[in-house]
Amino acid sequence: MLAARVLRLVGKRAISTSVCVRGGHAGVAKVEEYTLPAYFDLRENPLPDISYVQNLSPEQASLKEKEKGSWAALSDEEKIALYRISFKQSFAEMTRGSSEWKTVVAGMFFVVGFTGLIVLWQRMFVYGPVPRTFDAEYKEKELQRVLDMRMNPVEGFGSKWDYENKQWKK
Amino acid sequence: MSLPKPVMRGLLGKRLRFHAPIAVVLSIVAAVAFKYGVTEPRKQAYADFYKQYDAVKEFNAMREAGVFESVRPTGE
Repeated sequence: MLAARVLRLVGKRAISTSVCVRGGHAGVAKVEEYTLPAYFDLRENPLPDISYVQNLSPEQASLKEKEKGSWAALSDEEKIALYRISFKQSFAEMTRGSSEWKTVVAGMFFVVGFTGLIVLWQRMFVYGPVPRTFDAEYKEKELQRVLDMRMNPVEGFGSKWDYENKQWKK
Repeated sequence: MSLPKPVMRGLLGKRLRFHAPIAVVLSIVAAVAFKYGVTEPRKQAYADFYKQYDAVKEFNAMREAGVFESVRPTGE
């Protein structure tokens, strides 16, 4: 609001000069509200650019006058009223937790479930058959070859097979 | 309305003095646990395996199974 007052002063001067120059044009653009400093309750920015209450009522104005004197003379209610003029919510109020996370988690599960349904439909109606390497007979031959090659005989797959008795180790 | 003034300085230092020794101790514990839980048994398993390992016997068994391309099973 300080900025608006400054602009009005400039505008008055600009009107008198620019009327001569441009022949009757207003000269100053209208100040948009979103371009002026705004009030935000943020933990990261504890002192906002402007006070919360811009248009003081008569009691609030007289309280502001009293604030210019000794603060020890202010009662507790007056101090709180001054605080509420400057700020909308206290830190405790603005940083309080909420139950929003339950909605978020529920939404997440719902979306994941829905995606599962889409994937299932895809598996049934979009993809073609799997390669022949997935057949049970092929898989048996593959396993036999793995054991024949003695793959990972120390701690891995081959170590679980008993080569003497041709069976899995107990 | 006269609360004691809260601590304003040295907060990071205090946190580090508390957590850094714990971090060091836990790291050492993790390393020792991994050494004696994983690497020592693994070294022992390899040692035991190769104590009784006959390379020629294994080679012939693999050859008979037909997995080599340079050597065919005896008989073909």
